[in-house]
Amino acid sequence: MNNYTLIFIIIIYLAVLFYIAFVAEKKHQSKWVNNPYVYTLSLAVYCSAWTYYGSVGIAANSGINFLPIYLGPVIAAPLWIVVLRKIIRISKQHKISSIADFISLRYGNNRFLGALVTVVCLFGTLPYISLQLKAVSETFEIMSDDTSYISTTVIDDSTFYVALLLAVFATFFGTQNTDASEKHKGIIASVAFESVLKLVFFLVIGIYITFYLYEGTTDIFNQISIKENFKSLSTLNGVEDGFNWFFMIALSFMAIFLLPRQFQVSVLENNREKHLKKAIWLFPLYLLLFNVFVIFIAWAGKLTFGTTENAEYYTLLLPLQNGNSFLATLVFLGGFSAVISMVIVSTLALSTMVSNNLIIPYGFLDKFIKNQPERNSKYIKNIRRISIFTIIITAYFFYVSFSKELSLYSIGLISFVIIAQLAPSFFIGLYWNRGSAKAAIIGTIAGFLITVYTLVLPFTLSAYTGTDDFTQYGLMGVSNLKPYALFGIDFLSPPAHAFFWSMTINLLCYLTFSLTSKGNYRERNYAEMFVDSKNFTTLQDSALVWKGEAYVSDIKNVLIRFLGEKRATRALNIFFTKYKLPKDTQLADARLINFSEKLLTGSIGSASAKILIASVVKEEQISLVEVLKILEESKENIVSNKVLLEKSNELSQLSTKLKDANNELISKDRQKDEFLDTVAHELKTPITGIRAATELLMDEDDDMPKETKAQFLKNILQDSDRLGRLIHNILDFEKLETGRLHLDMQYKDIQETIVKAISSISQIAAKKEVTIINHNTHSFSTNYDEDRILQVLTNLLSNAIKFCSPKSGKIIVDYKLGNEKVEISVTDNGKGIPEEDYDYIFDKFYQSKDQNTRKPQGSGLGLAITKQIVEKHNGKIWAKKDVKNGASLVFTIPFK
Amino acid sequence: MKKKILIVDDEPNIVMSLEYTFKKQNFEVFIARDGSEALEILKHQIPNVILLDIMMPNVDGYQTLTHIKNTDSLRNTKVVFLTAKNKASDIEKGLKLGADKYLTKPFSVKKIVSEILELVT
Repeated sequence: MNNYTLIFIIIIYLAVLFYIAFVAEKKHQSKWVNNPYVYTLSLAVYCSAWTYYGSVGIAANSGINFLPIYLGPVIAAPLWIVVLRKIIRISKQHKISSIADFISLRYGNNRFLGALVTVVCLFGTLPYISLQLKAVSETFEIMSDDTSYISTTVIDDSTFYVALLLAVFATFFGTQNTDASEKHKGIIASVAFESVLKLVFFLVIGIYITFYLYEGTTDIFNQISIKENFKSLSTLNGVEDGFNWFFMIALSFMAIFLLPRQFQVSVLENNREKHLKKAIWLFPLYLLLFNVFVIFIAWAGKLTFGTTENAEYYTLLLPLQNGNSFLATLVFLGGFSAVISMVIVSTLALSTMVSNNLIIPYGFLDKFIKNQPERNSKYIKNIRRISIFTIIITAYFFYVSFSKELSLYSIGLISFVIIAQLAPSFFIGLYWNRGSAKAAIIGTIAGFLITVYTLVLPFTLSAYTGTDDFTQYGLMGVSNLKPYALFGIDFLSPPAHAFFWSMTINLLCYLTFSLTSKGNYRERNYAEMFVDSKNFTTLQDSALVWKGEAYVSDIKNVLIRFLGEKRATRALNIFFTKYKLPKDTQLADARLINFSEKLLTGSIGSASAKILIASVVKEEQISLVEVLKILEESKENIVSNKVLLEKSNELSQLSTKLKDANNELISKDRQKDEFLDTVAHELKTPITGIRAATELLMDEDDDMPKETKAQFLKNILQDSDRLGRLIHNILDFEKLETGRLHLDMQYKDIQETIVKAISSISQIAAKKEVTIINHNTHSFSTNYDEDRILQVLTNLLSNAIKFCSPKSGKIIVDYKLGNEKVEISVTDNGKGIPEEDYDYIFDKFYQSKDQNTRKPQGSGLGLAITKQIVEKHNGKIWAKKDVKNGASLVFTIPFK
Repeated sequence: MKKKILIVDDEPNIVMSLEYTFKKQNFEVFIARDGSEALEILKHQIPNVILLDIMMPNVDGYQTLTHIKNTDSLRNTKVVFLTAKNKASDIEKGLKLGADKYLTKPFSVKKIVSEILELVT
């Protein structure tokens, strides 16, 4: 393929990535960007060019040894739910922006430790990035048919330009915000996209080679198995290989947590913890798919070419050999994807570390303090941009001077072993509060030096001197100091050997110095916060112990320098509101110190944040005992605050209840008064009539006509009856009310009872010319007290008659069965029930509001008595709502 | 000229006794069963005295009295409440509204007669 065509394809492809990143950044709230699949696919940034090309190389040269690098992550995945979630939580809470920040914060914002971690990461990642560039360069060479052309200078080398393009991409999308703890949705979306591409293209080429070039997996296996030393390629060779495998798995297990790019995607770019749940099975599945065809591609390549030279690029060479340059281009793009995502995420992570943990705390802080806010933010971004370019270009020169000689696999492993030096301070620090900063520093340095001696130095020396005297005879000829066989341990592969020794020494140093040296109070404080993160989440800003003198205005000035006036003011307002402090608070407390440090951490890293804040406050040293006391107090405070809050809530609930009860009592009292008033009025009316008539009749001087006399006597009789009925009602109600009524249950026909009730009241109805219709004439028998139900029906009917207008009045009595009860309704077309009365008409003593001055339509007992009777039958009574004209009262009698 | 009395009450038996009594006293008696009937009658008649119940359907005694007080032609008409409501607060309210007398049920016929005569002579 023509060089220019290839470059054209690369540029088009990069444009597509730019577009995806751009859209994702713009629609950063869309669920297309925020879902567990994008998260899982972004984790697949783990599969770089090393996986894409290197695995096949290993498989061809040493059989299944390519597997341990993927087994580590597979073993780690289920643990994410516990370990990674804890890391994510802590990081979010403290606005962590890199693994260097994370480790430095754990050991009390230790500035040196943060810088050390950054340096280790730089050493670990630079060769790794150069490995990616090497892959780009070599595959480019394979793809272009212009074989005579070999780049000799940087200016002619297309890899250099590719590296620059990647730097532009990373700069553009990686430094949109000053706050590095903000998410980079654009980059993540493009990484996820690339993860899909590289997997799909790798599977396509795997299927092509296995099933088109050969006749399936069995065919390849059969052909390769007759070749010499096949057995050694497909099995483990004894205990030594077992050890190698064990260390390689352990190494990759650590790498999946510690690699700066993995920390970036798995922790910093995680926007929902629950995405982890999907990732823990989806990510291993992804790795599995990626490795399905590796061994077959390797064997097929070996069968085709007969040699393992260039085995890493079998995936390209096989289709090219068969004239399929389209497939080869796809493979090339897949590999290119793997490179781009790895390089971009790594440089992004590294640039944050370099700026926040190396450059800013060690040189630029003083400058920042004097600067204007807008310039500060620009400075920070520029430091990061320059870092990105510097890292990529350094990686390029590293590639030019070293990597050309080395395989992808061996460079990758060097990176892994270097990064693994962070493991003790990282993992143990998460769960052991005694781990101290001094121990972390010594352990990391020791481990790093040993790695350099056992792994980096031999490579470098042999690359420079061209001899392997150093590896053969050891330092100054001391055989115990042979870099690949320290103290006679000669059965491990060089990376496993380096890993074994560096990790042993690192761990020993870490544990020893942790046990022998106690950190200062700040360190212990953060240690507690990390180890006991669950408890300390509730403490939030008060979790940091701090004692001293500080002014809000000073701290505000510092914040303004980095966040700008607007954000700083807003942040402080939020803080004051959160802790219910007055807006004009002058003296800062520990919470504000911690809050401000957190705010700055995202922009300039935790160590710098601490230094900056410390520059404007006067801190007092506190003893460890005091720290623990303060912590205990703030814990207790939170607990007691919580208890207080609960109690006060309870109290206010109680007082509401009391108020309600009191209101009810008052209302009851008033109702009772009204009821007594009404009863008195009702009693007085017939008595008045009787008294007046009697007085007139008694007047002997009066010559009253006979008819008049008779009428007065009749009136007296009527009033006496009325009085009697009234008294009966009151007593009846009292009996029902106090529950002394016993029902006389008998098996009766409800239809007959209805007929009886209607006929008993028919005279009154006829007088008013109100029609009563008995709707359901079927008979139905059940158990009830007939006299009482008659009382109910009569009450409801006379009520209905009372409210109906004369002549046009119409009352319908109906009943239906269902749900183990009889439902009887009395519906009239009268004036209806006022809406506000619906819920109360059956209440004892209740009478419509305006009845105090209007003549009450009864004693106020009728419906109350009715209700009592119905409820005594275990039934219910209610007024139907939404009746258009008139009222409809319904009651039920249950039966079994 | 015969004195005119309007009796406003919704209890027929009580009305009957009062009607009989005041006819005997040579009054011209008008009867209304509630406030609205009373106001209807008052459109054409100007009685010397009105016996007014308070608790009645539709238009109650208080409303009726207020109406009477707002009618110019009735400014010489005396109004007497005759009611079962005998709480001090009720009496105060009635007199405040402008009733000339407040009498309570049950009543002595003789007493009512003497009270009314006292008002109209």
